Amino acid sequence: MRAPLLSRLWSILKPVLSTLASIAITLLGLLFVTFIIGRIMPIDPVLSIVGERASKETYDAVYLQMGLDKPLLMQFLYYLWDVIHLDFGTSLLTSRPVADDIARVFPATLELATIGIIFGIVLGVPLGVLAAVNKGKWIDQIARVIALVGYSMPIFWLGLIGLLIFYGILGWVGGPGRVGIFYVDVVPSVTGLILVDALLDGNWDVFKSAFSHIVLPASLLGYYSLAYISRMTRSFMLEQLSAEYVTTARVKGMSEWDVVWKHAFKNIRVQLITVIALSYAGLLEGSVLTEIIFSWPGIGSYITTALLSADMNAVMGGTVVVGLIFILLNIFSDLLYKIFDPRAK
Amino acid sequence: MMNNLLDVENLWVKFPNRNGVFDAVRGVSFTLGRERLGIVGESGSGKSMTGRAILRLIRKPGIVEADHIKLDGVDLLGKTEKEMRAVRGQRISMVMQDPKFSLNPVITIGDQIIEAYRLHNSASKADAYRKSVEMLEAVSINDPERVMRAYPHEMSGGMGQRIMIAMMLIPNPEILIADEPTSALDVSVQRQVLDIMDKLVKERGMGLIFISHDLNLVADFCDRVLIMYAGRVVEVCDAKNLHEAKHPYTRGLLNSLPRLDEPSKRLEVLQRDPEWSKAPSVSGRV
Repeated sequence: MRAPLLSRLWSILKPVLSTLASIAITLLGLLFVTFIIGRIMPIDPVLSIVGERASKETYDAVYLQMGLDKPLLMQFLYYLWDVIHLDFGTSLLTSRPVADDIARVFPATLELATIGIIFGIVLGVPLGVLAAVNKGKWIDQIARVIALVGYSMPIFWLGLIGLLIFYGILGWVGGPGRVGIFYVDVVPSVTGLILVDALLDGNWDVFKSAFSHIVLPASLLGYYSLAYISRMTRSFMLEQLSAEYVTTARVKGMSEWDVVWKHAFKNIRVQLITVIALSYAGLLEGSVLTEIIFSWPGIGSYITTALLSADMNAVMGGTVVVGLIFILLNIFSDLLYKIFDPRAK
Repeated sequence: MMNNLLDVENLWVKFPNRNGVFDAVRGVSFTLGRERLGIVGESGSGKSMTGRAILRLIRKPGIVEADHIKLDGVDLLGKTEKEMRAVRGQRISMVMQDPKFSLNPVITIGDQIIEAYRLHNSASKADAYRKSVEMLEAVSINDPERVMRAYPHEMSGGMGQRIMIAMMLIPNPEILIADEPTSALDVSVQRQVLDIMDKLVKERGMGLIFISHDLNLVADFCDRVLIMYAGRVVEVCDAKNLHEAKHPYTRGLLNSLPRLDEPSKRLEVLQRDPEWSKAPSVSGRV
């Protein structure tokens, strides 16, 4: 009886282990790339720490301290060791550990991107399905125009106009920043997501203020993912609606609504997950323009500012975090495939 | 005079396109009793369109026109879409060519059969489940409980088609349209699937419209045959007399098939006469 138990245990462990292994290998590749970028950039890492006017002795001391005299392989291993301990070095710009900086800016982006993608899914998917079902009719045309506007309007323009109308003229939403000036640091930061922290603290005023600040940038980002998601949904649905099993469902005497949602839609879930995961990852990378217009202290503007001032530790740390997000979202969508498509098991 | 289940008079299926209107089916008339009616023709002859037009499944921009399509004396063309849904599945059903494509790949077989039953019968889930298992047994599936839990891709073609037959017959329709039901199957299982279908159709006193491109199969299996060419019925005959068919198209088709009892060095090539597609449709009414 021992062998079957072991083999059953192995059949459960094997996919978990292989997933972990693939995460580890991809991550190693990513770290290798960021390390190489850090080394080949025409920026002297020592100079950017000690400054232009440091003496030769100081320079040499820091040079040795950073391990730059060691072979490249050893340097890479040191780098790995640091990253494993979440040590990305100190940011030159903020003089704080990069890890702390990211822990501060990433929740802001996460909050914005999550609300944005929810907006995009909730409106984009039904819009795409509706357009596919009514292909060529006026609903399809309207959906096309909505998506086209989303694709082609520059976000800095739409953002400024949005601020002008909804904040400046109508006063319906909060202005730039994550929360009203009186509410900054009122609730203790537990998750870093102000909406969640305010709820945990039971502080409705902060919640309302944060919500009114996030609603405009999030719906702008959401509009962009809506444009993409609705177009992709439409083409996936058109493909399924011409499939033979859809005719079978109609032959059974099923209503068109059920044919669309219970039969055709179930078959586009896997493709849809890929599209949504990719646009979510894109949003989590931080959208620099949106963050700048709305003074949103997110990871997009953090990395950009760091890049412009040659703050390599911050750039490399940010890159690793963004890469990690892509890897995790990929793994997550692979998991969902297995739930939604019996053929993938 | 036979008791007619279905009476089709002057059926046209039209597809408007840039160059005018393409007529896929041109003035087809026939009746169907509790019999096996074969419709034979090459690809594009309009045989599948005829089957789908009866169920009013031709999607826009296609147009279905007919003097009438009467089911038990009631014209289907006068029904609303909602009323048609009560006809589909429950009174007229259809088995399609390839179970690989005609079964939904992401829904269990059990759920698909149960759904077909519950659309027309207000039964509890447990009753519908029991009924589905019985139906799978009726199409000679040995372990119905396992098949109910399985997904279509885990089935072979022959099993898939038997599942399809079970699913389409579970609401107990009066007419089954079988659109090339065995064309996608291995020769070795074709006969088995046909026998199962035949047995069920006979037991239930149903009418069967058997659409196929296979003359020999139709001659063997059906009672009456309509031969279609370019959207028209060119000849109607009893299946047992098919080999004495008179129309040059039917003769040409028959002569282009190799025969075991009359070997020949060279098979004839079918010579098409443009006149055939201009002649009016022959009526298949009884």
